[in-house]
Amino acid sequence: MSLAKRIIPCLDVRDGRVVKGVQFVDIRDAGDPVEVARRYNAEGADEITFLDITASSDDRDTIIHVVEAVAETVFIPLTVGGGIRKVEDIRRLLNAGADKVAINTAAVFNPDLVSEASARVGSQCIVVAIDAKRVSAEGEPPKWEIFTHGGRKPTGIDAVEWAREMVERGAGEILLTSMDRDGTKKGFDLELTRAISEAVPVPVIASGGVGNLEHLAEGVTEGKADAVLAASIFHFGEYSVGEAKQYMASRGIEVRMP
Amino acid sequence: MSKKIAVIDYGMGNLRSVVKALEYVAEGKAEVLLTSNPDLVAISDHVVFPGQGAARDCMAALRDTGMDEVVIEAAHSKPFLGVCMGMQVLMTHSEENGGTDLLNLFRGEVRRFPDNADGERLKVPQMGWNTIHEVQRDHPLFKGIHDNSHFYFVHSYYVSPADPSLTAGETDYGVTFTSAIARDNVFAMQSHPEKSAEAGLQLLRNFISWDGTA
Repeated sequence: MSLAKRIIPCLDVRDGRVVKGVQFVDIRDAGDPVEVARRYNAEGADEITFLDITASSDDRDTIIHVVEAVAETVFIPLTVGGGIRKVEDIRRLLNAGADKVAINTAAVFNPDLVSEASARVGSQCIVVAIDAKRVSAEGEPPKWEIFTHGGRKPTGIDAVEWAREMVERGAGEILLTSMDRDGTKKGFDLELTRAISEAVPVPVIASGGVGNLEHLAEGVTEGKADAVLAASIFHFGEYSVGEAKQYMASRGIEVRMP
Repeated sequence: MSKKIAVIDYGMGNLRSVVKALEYVAEGKAEVLLTSNPDLVAISDHVVFPGQGAARDCMAALRDTGMDEVVIEAAHSKPFLGVCMGMQVLMTHSEENGGTDLLNLFRGEVRRFPDNADGERLKVPQMGWNTIHEVQRDHPLFKGIHDNSHFYFVHSYYVSPADPSLTAGETDYGVTFTSAIARDNVFAMQSHPEKSAEAGLQLLRNFISWDGTA
């Protein structure tokens, strides 16, 4: 027995509602984050990540209420990402019941936020989300760069170096998304996942590109990820979290069976 | 009068999840008090002692709030559940922060995980779900929980008791370490029952109905 690899469903939340359709037959309101989170919990999700994609900064309080409501009845770790700019944002989310927060763009523009936040609330609560895109040409040694604004803006920062710096500043975990694969259903960028996972002493969550259960397993066996995150394969009812775990177990990967 | 469960608040971290999980399993049959008031702890039937952060900060916070005496008194007198740092702090001494003296309720060291195990790098902190082998299989707090159930862990240091018979549960992470201890009315665990789904909730349910005997 050893530490299990985690399966983490991710919910996109806008203005307090889950935005991608969820086709669970036994859920009345597929847009209610509380109902969806409860369902994933019942299926054996190891953690749930909420990505707040609320456009207006005036509506930031909505995600606080979502977290509070979920934390009343779902007793697994909850992570919230999206729109986090200040230590105060982090403190409020943790007080509402989040266990971790994922800092993305703000870490690029203000790396001190990661240092300050981890010193204040502890590294175990601070996830740094890294959006990386391959910039090396075919045949060259692989190289990835950090991109912001949904993968549109390059920063010139090397992804592996950035991951190391974030951990030195106190990140307790890295949520790694391949912007080349995100939304493609072609599977993780395994080379990227492995490069980052081997470069840092903290857990790495692989994200971006999952289209089937084999992809999840590869993220662990070849990408050396400690956890795998997926949104659409779970949202659209293609696979349940339980099926994903059964499959990973059949491939010899240690998972928690609820 | 319903049973009172005091969750000791000494300013170390966010205790909301612990309170919510206890309230959830109590189903209105017990009152959960998040408190830094020694009088409230004294009149409570059960005491939960959580904790997070660094050993030195925890000890300083306990002394500054005077809760160190309250914790020791409770651990001698009523059903007592230590969680995470609330387990480590019960021991003699921790390697953390260049060496920190703890409450010394139980003799033992708190050690850091090695950076390598079997030639492979060990990621520290251990973060995620790992199994607890129930060494004290018949302990009332394990009732209804399968041996080797997964619980949620987040920690870089682990407890190594001087007296092996203190160990109630064991977990493997590079080393086999004591992930739960039990003696008389005290039970303490490294993992977070409030974040461990049904297994953790069952343990909290067991704690609420526990009379403090093993």
